[in-house]
Amino acid sequence: MAVPEITESYTGSVNRLTLGATSQSGGTRATTVVVGGAANVVYGGSDTQAGERPVIAIDVLDSRPNDWPEYLSEPYKDVLDSPAAWAKKCVDEFGAEIICLKFDGIHPEKGDKGADHAVSVTREVLEAVGVPLILWGCGNDEKDNQIMPKVSEAAKGENCLIGTVTEGNYKSLTAIALADGHNLITEAPLDINIGKQVNILAADMGFPLEKIVTFQDTGALGYGVEYSYSIQERQRLAALSGDKMMAMPVICDVGHEAWRAKEAKSEDAPDWGRADKRGPMWEAATAICLLQAGADILRMRHPKAISTVKDFINELW
Amino acid sequence: MALSGLEIFKLLPKTNCKECGKPTCLAFAMQLAQKKAKLEDCPHVSEDAKEKLAAAAAPPMQLVKFGNGDNEVQVGRETVLFRHEEKFYNPTVLTVTVSDKLSGEELNKRIEKINSLEFERVGQQIKVNAIAVVNESGSSEKFAAAAQSVKQGSELAMILCSDSPEAIEAAVSKTSDRVPLIASAKEDTAEQMAKISKDNKCPLVVKAPSIEALSQLSEKVKSGGVENLVLTLEDKSPRESLYNSTRMRVLSLRKVFRPLGYPTISFIQGDESEQVAAAASLICKYSNIVVVDAAEPEVILPLLTVVMNIFTDPQKPVQVEPKLYSVGEPDENSPLMFTTNFSLTYYTVESDVESSRVASYILVVDTEGTSVLTAYSGDKLNEKVVADAIKKSNVEEHIKHRKLIIPGYVAVMSGKLEETTGWEVMVGPRESATIPKYLKEVWQ
Ligand code: SF4
Repeated sequence: MAVPEITESYTGSVNRLTLGATSQSGGTRATTVVVGGAANVVYGGSDTQAGERPVIAIDVLDSRPNDWPEYLSEPYKDVLDSPAAWAKKCVDEFGAEIICLKFDGIHPEKGDKGADHAVSVTREVLEAVGVPLILWGCGNDEKDNQIMPKVSEAAKGENCLIGTVTEGNYKSLTAIALADGHNLITEAPLDINIGKQVNILAADMGFPLEKIVTFQDTGALGYGVEYSYSIQERQRLAALSGDKMMAMPVICDVGHEAWRAKEAKSEDAPDWGRADKRGPMWEAATAICLLQAGADILRMRHPKAISTVKDFINELW
Repeated sequence: MALSGLEIFKLLPKTNCKECGKPTCLAFAMQLAQKKAKLEDCPHVSEDAKEKLAAAAAPPMQLVKFGNGDNEVQVGRETVLFRHEEKFYNPTVLTVTVSDKLSGEELNKRIEKINSLEFERVGQQIKVNAIAVVNESGSSEKFAAAAQSVKQGSELAMILCSDSPEAIEAAVSKTSDRVPLIASAKEDTAEQMAKISKDNKCPLVVKAPSIEALSQLSEKVKSGGVENLVLTLEDKSPRESLYNSTRMRVLSLRKVFRPLGYPTISFIQGDESEQVAAAASLICKYSNIVVVDAAEPEVILPLLTVVMNIFTDPQKPVQVEPKLYSVGEPDENSPLMFTTNFSLTYYTVESDVESSRVASYILVVDTEGTSVLTAYSGDKLNEKVVADAIKKSNVEEHIKHRKLIIPGYVAVMSGKLEETTGWEVMVGPRESATIPKYLKEVWQ
């Protein structure tokens, strides 16, 4: 019996989007990164339909984190107080292709820092590294609206990826990202309909769909990864069916979520194996799962997890 | 896959004799396709047609069982490519290897280690559920002896891995009562392996270098009378494995291509990190049995968790029992907070409370497995539901104070809640992650 042909009738594909701008395009980045482009489900059809290689963005925090487990902060211990040195280390030593600058320190409960701080951190990091940047707010609407537009302006022309905007809070950041020529992250709480709705809201303000990346709150392994997994699979299928409002590349917040899991961070749980290896394994396994469902950009933290996932990506894409 | 009315019609006598009670054969065929009629109602249908119709009705992927008693495992009979379409049915059997180069104390230690790979997560037991004995020594006696030791040292289901029919024969003769899975028959050993499988009623893995060769081999073995088959492709890189695994799943489910309508097994190579990556991806992407060499808990726990998560029924939110939970060893002055019985919500809160190292009570309120915001907007979470939970849990006997910390997202219910319960309501953080800070700084 001959093996039948598989013929897919997908009409759409995931948008391709470039992050970063070199001097030719009005920025100062040394490199740019293209993401998206898949024209089939993950491993579906032939590898020519797989689109761009998924990419890891390494997290750099604007202020020293005080809740990181020891095994996570260890590799960064000499740079935790300097976002610029931190970013440089990620690029030089851990091969970061994108830096995700996460502004936790502006959160009212995590330092409540102001715009001057955020702007100077942005400038320093832009200066220190040549890779494209993701600029990610703190999640407090008021502070994000107050400060992220200034951050956006400080990185004007660099074609960053900035976010996040939500159904309830999208106007000011969408407008400024548009004005400054950045790409935008739309966020939804593990709900595919809300995800689509935020895209529509941004589009209604004139934001180009092909410059949007979607973010559905990521669940870590053991803490809801299956929800993120299925939403991403559904989004990919919607993109393939030609739904323009769902054809955006997907970003996942792997590092932060994975390291909240007690399996990753507990130091005194010998039944779960070596504490120094557990966290990186948990983070890597979370990332690998999300890749199976179609993640395009993974925000990650531990160098060991990053190298595991990078090797996997290089093997598969 | 079910046949259409027209396809069924082609198999009927087309005499329109009406004995089935329908006006025409076509009408009967249409009703049959919609399961509104039974094939038995037509007295004239040929044996050949019966067979074809029965075959078409069979599930596209075989169910295969191995092991015995409480430790029997079953794989296969999957129905969908994406878990959201329905669900994945039979969780991947995570298997750890034992080399037959080991003997004596070393061998027993390895077996013990594998036996101990059992964990409790969110109220469920998860464990490695099979041991693969691998014929690395090249000797049939050593292989049989190792299989014998595994049988004595472990209750787990067994997989016997050797390309040599003699070695398999020797090991099966010691372990057939445990119904091991035999791995593997290749083109040149298919006949001998199939015979051992048949004689001992053990399922068989067939192995070939390509999907095309594998289909032919599975057909051949099946026509020899072995139906309980598991498939594997020989020596594939992770990349080839994943693309092929996906293609095989599509062929078996979407195309109902019977020669590939069996569960699959993957043997994972590489260092620990490579094994985690390859195994996690193959669990997601359709391998029904995944065999790894790594036996360290820090490698196995994440993989078992992947299996658990991916095989969760997407239609049913996982719930925890609504009651009072203790984190650490709380006393009568410890804080009390409530959250919902959506397991994800609860375990996130629990984990954050735990990391605060402030011993606390968490009152889980029954919101039918929905999260705080969803429950509130659907009126499954209101002051009455919380008051009810306080009463049922007898929390008043555990603590002296009458302060209740509520999720920041439902701050609006504070007033009514204070009125209904008479408790002092404290509005906690919105994000679970800030609970530790809250407990340390605001509570007291
Ligand atoms: S009994 Fe059979 S042959 Fe006769 S009409 Fe019905 S389907 Fe056709």
